[in-house]
Amino acid sequence: MSVPVIEVHDLRTHLVTRWGTIKAVDGVSFSVAEGETLGLVGESGSGKSMTCLSLVRLTPRPASHIVGGSVRLDGDELTTKTEAEMQRIRGRKIAMILQDPMSSLNPVFSVGMQVREPLAMYHGLRGATLTERAAALLASVRIPSPAARLRAFPYQLSGGMRQRVVGAMAIAAPPRLLIADEPTTSLDLTIQAQYLGLLEELQDRHRLAMIFITHNLGIVSRICDRVAVMYAGRIVEAGPVRRIFTAPAHPYTQALLESIPRLGARTERLTAIEGQPPDLARLPGGCSFAPRCPQVMDRCRTEAPPEFEAGPGQVSRCWLRAPAGG
Amino acid sequence: MIRFVVSRVLQSLVALAILSVVVFVLARATGDPLQLILPMSATPEEYAEARHYLGLDRPYVEQYLSFVGRAVTGDFGNSLRARRPVIELIQERLPNSLRLAAFAMGISLSIAFPLGILAAVKKGTGLDRTAQVIAVLGQSLPTFWVAIVLVEVVAGRLQWLPAGGNQGFTSYVLPGFTLGWFVVAGMMRLLRSGMLEVLDSEYVKLARVKGVVEHRVVWMHALKNALIPVVTFAGIYFSILVTTAIVVETVFAWPGLGRLAYEGISSRDFPVIQAVVLTTAAIVAVVNLSVDCLYAVIDPRIRHAR
Amino acid sequence: MPAEPLADRALPLPDVAARPDPAARGRRLPVVSLGIITIFVLVAILAPLLSPGDPGEQSLRNRFKPPVWMEGGSSRHLLGTDRLGRDMLSRIVWGSRVSLTAGVVTVLLASAFGAAVGLVAGYHGGTVDAVLMRVTDATMSFPVILLALILAVTVGPSFTNVVVAIAVILWARYARVIRGQVLTLMGLDFIAQARIAGAGAWRIITRHLFPNTLNTLVVLVTLQIGYVIIVEASLSFLGAGIPPPTPAWGSMISEGREFVTSAWWVSGLPGLAILLVVLAFNLLGDWLRDTLDPKLRQL
Repeated sequence: MSVPVIEVHDLRTHLVTRWGTIKAVDGVSFSVAEGETLGLVGESGSGKSMTCLSLVRLTPRPASHIVGGSVRLDGDELTTKTEAEMQRIRGRKIAMILQDPMSSLNPVFSVGMQVREPLAMYHGLRGATLTERAAALLASVRIPSPAARLRAFPYQLSGGMRQRVVGAMAIAAPPRLLIADEPTTSLDLTIQAQYLGLLEELQDRHRLAMIFITHNLGIVSRICDRVAVMYAGRIVEAGPVRRIFTAPAHPYTQALLESIPRLGARTERLTAIEGQPPDLARLPGGCSFAPRCPQVMDRCRTEAPPEFEAGPGQVSRCWLRAPAGG
Repeated sequence: MIRFVVSRVLQSLVALAILSVVVFVLARATGDPLQLILPMSATPEEYAEARHYLGLDRPYVEQYLSFVGRAVTGDFGNSLRARRPVIELIQERLPNSLRLAAFAMGISLSIAFPLGILAAVKKGTGLDRTAQVIAVLGQSLPTFWVAIVLVEVVAGRLQWLPAGGNQGFTSYVLPGFTLGWFVVAGMMRLLRSGMLEVLDSEYVKLARVKGVVEHRVVWMHALKNALIPVVTFAGIYFSILVTTAIVVETVFAWPGLGRLAYEGISSRDFPVIQAVVLTTAAIVAVVNLSVDCLYAVIDPRIRHAR
Repeated sequence: MPAEPLADRALPLPDVAARPDPAARGRRLPVVSLGIITIFVLVAILAPLLSPGDPGEQSLRNRFKPPVWMEGGSSRHLLGTDRLGRDMLSRIVWGSRVSLTAGVVTVLLASAFGAAVGLVAGYHGGTVDAVLMRVTDATMSFPVILLALILAVTVGPSFTNVVVAIAVILWARYARVIRGQVLTLMGLDFIAQARIAGAGAWRIITRHLFPNTLNTLVVLVTLQIGYVIIVEASLSFLGAGIPPPTPAWGSMISEGREFVTSAWWVSGLPGLAILLVVLAFNLLGDWLRDTLDPKLRQL
């Protein structure tokens, strides 16, 4: 349980746009072990997707590139690999499920073709064996009448079904690490729970390490073991799920949790976080959350805080957690 | 799929029927051909006789029906000017036009395809920039201008290539190039923009995430989708090709259908005009039908939607 | 449903997937194209004032005078003279009137009619749509030049005939595109809401659908003007366009056909004029499309 599958250390990815250079990923470190699920939480633009794309080196080209840090998969350094080597890692060792199943399946190819492709690539299967395995793969993600479904086209399937197909493609290898980028956001609420259950099952069966990107704290509490909260390209707090929810150690996390209205609590207004999301091309010096922080101190505006220990297994990037005297 | 094809065929037939009426009316509207055929000194009796002989004095509806009836069997009557069955003229000229058109389309597609795709894949590079310049120029240069420059300079002055005639393959080059130029420009732009859009899509991203090799991502996953707008426009481009062919055939003195049309119209040769327009329309209809079927083959959503 | 404080905030950020466009000059105003078009439009409007001489004045003594920058040229004929000694500059200036007017008028007519058909077809759907689209498809595939030739021989070549011949075929393109747009719009909620509020067909079409298709129309119109100018020139070249003595660029090129290698300016300069104008319109149209409605990239 404790041997990490993926170790990320001080990863930095820059994105060059006509508004300036954006530090999309600005010194991110984490690790995920077998069977463990890490939740990556944050607003749009916080860097969660870019971080994961950086792991597989598929950030938008030519505008972006990894400028520093290390990514190790089972001890193997990924940032220095050639493109050809990365291609053999993608899908086979690291798989990804994207957000919108309608757009992530190719509309002009049948489901069968798209499921057969990874099986043929990773396992060298052909002909009837290939088709059998493809049907089996669909069955393993609980798709009814899998053999018939192989001939179907994406537009003929429902959203939930499509996302299962994407899930099937993702575990075709099976990989060591599965990254799910908001996989349930476009699904109906009732289907969401089913899908989460499916992911957990797949994780158990194949001993996957999983990174789950979401902005929905409810899902985090359900499916994740640990959480990393991202803001403006950095992880501002990380730790076990229970601790983060019961004892958040960063003002941003606290604000996020507070803004979820609770049943029974009688509040007159919904709390939202003050201020505007940061302009990543022009980050202020010091802590990037300082402009919106309700507990901001002078020091926060000038010095960017490092990570401090804030509890067992929990870290927080906030001057409030600095040990007294530091 | 069968239902799709059948319904499209029926629609084409209806369109052709409407067109035949239009053609019939227009051909009659080009004026009285007898004035060109009979000598100036002809008497009214000779006019009446000629009119009766050619069947031009029957009621219009009757003329139309007999025209359609015979057209379906390939009998377009005799050319008023050449005194030969029109069908013969067409049989002589049509293959020439078809060959030239095929040659032009062939060259255009074989240039436009790789260039358009590569321009998208290598967006922003010199190749892309060059392709875009070619595309814009191709759609801004008037075909006939290019044609006469080629005839006078390349064929006339430099004597590198012949301007028409039948010296085998080389005869096709200049007129084919002129004819296809516009298509190259248009197709290339379509492919480029189609590929750019597709290469940015989520499913291409997922294909790369799956570890699919890049050239397969481009030439299979992406291209099939990018072809959709191209195929949609292929029919229109063919029509433009037909239009341009008239000019090109005239300039290069190519003995094809386009020139036959021009000659027929100048001499108010009804049967020829009718036949040429109908043949052209039929060819265009067949091409459009094939294009639609091709479209349905590529995009499964179309086949099942009808 | 829990408030989602994290999602959907509008960010001053580009889409993460966007790449910086090295040819970003495409985003800025296409000054050169606008400049060229303005110049030609002014020239066309002010032709009587700008033309140095009478475009029809023949002078057999002054035939084939080269432009002023070549040997034998003179400042009396800045762009030389043609086969009949007529001043090229004057002819080109006057010719711009023909081309530009033909282009603009034809496209306006075709687009007005085509957009109307597209709007109606898209709105009503069903049989109306099916019938209109069959007619549209049949029209689209008729070769423009054939029709123009027929008209030229029937009624005689004239400006009106050229405009009519082209417009009668061109409208189909607009109808197709606008109909497609309308179909997309019809699926959007605001149309349903207008219906629920009691709006009738006319109101929905004019108030709701049409304004949302304006962007597309503007792009299409600009892109098509160039095409029409070329078609008109082709017709004049074949002798089925604007009849002499009115100077038209196409017929000028035809007249200079045999002298391409000797007195190249007779064909070359009008050709250049066509190229410049059409290029300017095409580039402007491209820019408009990128700015107003990138989804139209296929056009």
